[in-house]
Amino acid sequence: MVALYINGVHHELDVSPEMPILWAVRDVVGLTGTKFGCGVAACGACTVHLDGKAIRSCVTPVSAAAGRHVTTIEGLAPEGKEHPLQAAWVEDQVPQCGYCQSGQIMSAAALIKKTPNPSDKEIEAAMSGNICRCGCYERINSAIRRAAHETANA
Amino acid sequence: MSGTLNRTDFLAYTGRLGAGLCIALSLPLGTKAADLATGAAGTTPAGEFAPNAWVRIAPDETVTVMVSKSEMGQGIATGFCTILADELDAPIANVRYAFAPASPEYVDAFFGDMTTGGSTSTPDSWMPLRQAGATARAMLVAAAAKQWSVDPATCTAANGVVTHAASSKTATYGSLASAASQIAVPKDVPLKTPDRFTLIGKHVARLDTPFKVNGKAKYGIDTVVPGMVHASVVRSPVFGGSVSHFDATKAKAINGVIDVFAISSGVAVVAKNTWAARQAHDAVHVAWNDGPNAHVNSKVLLEQAHALVATAKVAKKVGDVTSVHGTTLKSTFETPFLAHAPMEPMNATADVRADGVEVWAPTQVQTRSQQIAMAITGLPANKVQVHTTYLGGGFGRRLDADYVGDAVEISKKIGKPVKVTWPREQDIQHDFYRPMSVNAVTGTLDASGNLVALSHTVVADSVAKRWAPPLFKDGIDPLALDGAWNTPYDVANMDYRYVDQNSGVPVGFMRAPAANVNTFATEVFMDELAHAAHKDPVAFRLALLSKAPRAAAVLQAAAKAAGYGKKMPAGQAQGIALCLWGGSYGALVADVSLNGTDVVVHRTVMAVDCGTVINPDIVRMQTQGAVNYGLAMARSAKITLANGRVSQTNFYDYTVLRNADAPPTHVIVMPSTEKPSGIGELGTPPIAPAIANAVFKLNGKRIRKLPFSDALA
Ligand code: FES
Ligand code: FES
Repeated sequence: MVALYINGVHHELDVSPEMPILWAVRDVVGLTGTKFGCGVAACGACTVHLDGKAIRSCVTPVSAAAGRHVTTIEGLAPEGKEHPLQAAWVEDQVPQCGYCQSGQIMSAAALIKKTPNPSDKEIEAAMSGNICRCGCYERINSAIRRAAHETANA
Repeated sequence: MSGTLNRTDFLAYTGRLGAGLCIALSLPLGTKAADLATGAAGTTPAGEFAPNAWVRIAPDETVTVMVSKSEMGQGIATGFCTILADELDAPIANVRYAFAPASPEYVDAFFGDMTTGGSTSTPDSWMPLRQAGATARAMLVAAAAKQWSVDPATCTAANGVVTHAASSKTATYGSLASAASQIAVPKDVPLKTPDRFTLIGKHVARLDTPFKVNGKAKYGIDTVVPGMVHASVVRSPVFGGSVSHFDATKAKAINGVIDVFAISSGVAVVAKNTWAARQAHDAVHVAWNDGPNAHVNSKVLLEQAHALVATAKVAKKVGDVTSVHGTTLKSTFETPFLAHAPMEPMNATADVRADGVEVWAPTQVQTRSQQIAMAITGLPANKVQVHTTYLGGGFGRRLDADYVGDAVEISKKIGKPVKVTWPREQDIQHDFYRPMSVNAVTGTLDASGNLVALSHTVVADSVAKRWAPPLFKDGIDPLALDGAWNTPYDVANMDYRYVDQNSGVPVGFMRAPAANVNTFATEVFMDELAHAAHKDPVAFRLALLSKAPRAAAVLQAAAKAAGYGKKMPAGQAQGIALCLWGGSYGALVADVSLNGTDVVVHRTVMAVDCGTVINPDIVRMQTQGAVNYGLAMARSAKITLANGRVSQTNFYDYTVLRNADAPPTHVIVMPSTEKPSGIGELGTPPIAPAIANAVFKLNGKRIRKLPFSDALA
């Protein structure tokens, strides 16, 4: 039994402690917005926040989250609200297939929380662990700049 | 495959012409609205107007468009809704869509079944969708006119409302839905002239975006069916190998593991969750019979491919290449096997019951998926329902549905719904690969430096031989010559040859198949010829494009917008390339520098002509993505084989493009009133030759081999 918070809700999960957070969230809790892409921390599709920091949930055992807060794409903004990044993603029409986008947005959210006005180099560095096979990178970066700008001017 | 050159072949192959607009419709009864997050059809409530297979209009004003193509990122759902809503004169805000079931109403005339590929979706479906929208609109107008006892010709419709101006009467489509159902379906309803389009060619935000930024869009891998279990299949490391015996003792001891058994594709492990299935997968010990491919080695295959050039058979001849003399250039190009690696790993969910089968799959091939399930269960088509989910990328990988077979076989065996999820390592090691290829090209320039003869030989495994066997005739795979023999260049004497390598490696279609290899050869060679003729690469090409004005126009547009020929910053150079795909024309200029053995692309400019544009932003988006996909293919990616086994395993050794390596792409969309043609793949072929042509300017080295990281090593 592992006790943790997912999107602010307390859960006691009856899973083996080594189960990666990815599968606990998807198969056990039923939140499927977090995606499986590689299973080896090489693609970023599974990115969630653990106590506000971006982590690769496919290689992080659920035991590492005991007593801590996991945030998934479903909990990035309060229900019915949009995170500025999500609004920017719509404004710049970023997603194609969309499969990587939960991970992209979670990585970007951790970036702008830590670095509210990232430079192009900082964006590239923070986002290069997130693969997009549809090749949406140009729009991902412009949406991050837009959200950072709009947050700064808010 | 090409949507142009081989259309006739395909029609001859399928022999099932003109599914087109089909009025018969069987949608399940009940009341449930279409759900954009899942693409589930919902059901037809009473009072709903369903004039044909493509559209339903509900009393609450909701217009539901049935999308017969797979949404894999190319924006087809939004495109189809736009086309139909324009002719219907419905506001786009009222439009929903649902993915069509595998059903005869939705058969594509080109493929003869339900398939999404070859950049054919918009060109094939544009008229049926327009007719469906226009017909529905005419019936709504007729219903209103009848209610008001006026001549339908005196009524107008716009923005979801029918108006009779003389009497100031108006009625919304929703309020007319029930009455319109009573109107006889008219024939040959006139379509709009392009000047009356309200949505086509304008900016329409993608309808799927909101669900793709909040985790709500449901992909195949997100399928949940009550009582479902999870599975993984251990596959033979050698293609075509089979299970000799296996020991599941360790696997079965893992918490959550339910069963382990052999199926036709390997050894299936079934568990309570994906993680347990994955652990069990790694714990099963399988002894394999490797079979005939145990010694396949890509180095040896490459040598064989070179040796096969001399044995190639003539596929097409124009004039006589031996009749002219002058300066002759000869070049040989090599490209490796490649894996598609869409972001969503292969998966499928199946529920095999005594009374029927349901399949949920991220697939480009609904009919093939249905047929696979029919073959395994022995059930007829009307007992096999295929639900298409969103696809986390396709790129041609999902033109095969091997993952559906896994799920159906396992569900049948255990009597429960099951979701099969492939590990990424399997996706890389059990793909239907982009074939390895050798292209041998010869050209002859006359005394004034004009190209007067061109010979092009392609050696590559045939994909058609397996995927569309009737197309493979007399040793020639017509699809394998795409990007070569459908050249826009007007050369008096041409000779195209092909030989199937028959390597034993499973091969499939990958974004702009064959063209993504052959265009590399033709467009690098064009630069070589221009250089030998002491001519500017653009001027040299233009001289050969007098009969292909659209090709000439994109070439000029790209060159102009990129400032091709301008002085570049130190260490940078520009390369240009032209390409044809899916009936469309594209030209790309890449600004390139070198960083050791790595090519760095600073920016690309691409001009595209895809005929009538449905959605300009989706055209730009697809072009940007396709260029990046082509760059990923060429930069450092390769699949190699040793001892019959693929050497690469996951994204750390099968390299793809990452954020820092992706250039911005400026897209010029050519205005056109020609009929729409494909755009999902056009950007992929020209990037590699454009880079190679830039590299030549940088270091004088002709790159005739991909990936660049190998060629520059
Ligand atoms: S699935 Fe976790 S990084 Fe790829
Ligand atoms: S949008 Fe398809 S992988 Fe990123």
